[in-house]
Amino acid sequence: MLEIDWFLGISAIMFSIGIIGVLIRRNAVVIFMCVELMLNAVNLTLVSFSSFHGNIDGQIFVFFALAVAAAEAVVGLAIIIAIFRNNLTVDVTEINLLRW
Amino acid sequence: MIVYLFILLAVLAIGSALAMVINKNVVNSALFLVINMVSLAGIYLLLNAQFLAVIQILVYAGAIMVLFLFVIMLLNVEDEEKLFDKFRVKYFLAFILGAAVVGQIFYSIAGVTDMLPEISSNMAEIGTVEEAGDVLYTKYLLPFEMTAILLTAAVVGALMVAQYKIKKG
Repeated sequence: MLEIDWFLGISAIMFSIGIIGVLIRRNAVVIFMCVELMLNAVNLTLVSFSSFHGNIDGQIFVFFALAVAAAEAVVGLAIIIAIFRNNLTVDVTEINLLRW
Repeated sequence: MIVYLFILLAVLAIGSALAMVINKNVVNSALFLVINMVSLAGIYLLLNAQFLAVIQILVYAGAIMVLFLFVIMLLNVEDEEKLFDKFRVKYFLAFILGAAVVGQIFYSIAGVTDMLPEISSNMAEIGTVEEAGDVLYTKYLLPFEMTAILLTAAVVGALMVAQYKIKKG
């Protein structure tokens, strides 16, 4: 039968893939998608603990996390559009206005 | 049977996540992320969280990924020419850090699972829409309404940011 360790393992691997993607990719949209991947990995951890403990609260928390992720995606993509309008690029190595 | 289903979904989730990171084309990356979301919804079904599985497909694979694809098409983002053009210390450090995070989380999981109270392999039937709605509209009513305000604020803020006219000169 299924053990909780397997679900947590998948979650850990997905989270780390997200970290590597954020660090090595240069396109701002892809970096944003990697952040969504990390959010999903943590959601998987919450859901697996919730159903193995028989307590619904974790799944409700994931529901709210989904709502916040939707809001975050909307605002983040709007910021990316604004940056693109200023710089005509979404390459994060060329967006260096705030870099010293 | 359920174990084979789990292995299939797990391989699909991790493989599509890897493909998303190492794909040069941005549209392909977004589509691989959709595969990842759908296989994650399947894993939620294995965990008896039917409500969240449906919500995952509706909100993530439906709404958020359409928004991502729309922005990608709108911005006409060009592909990155070469992902690994030459050996860089940055890539090496990124993989070292990723491996370190995996090792750390695995170490924590291995150390803590036998201490958890009464984790049984037969999961309770708690993820149905009835159960979730029952808790959502009684115990978590205030956060639920706050979520509505948050989403409204996010839409208004996104419109303000995206509509902003830049003064030339």
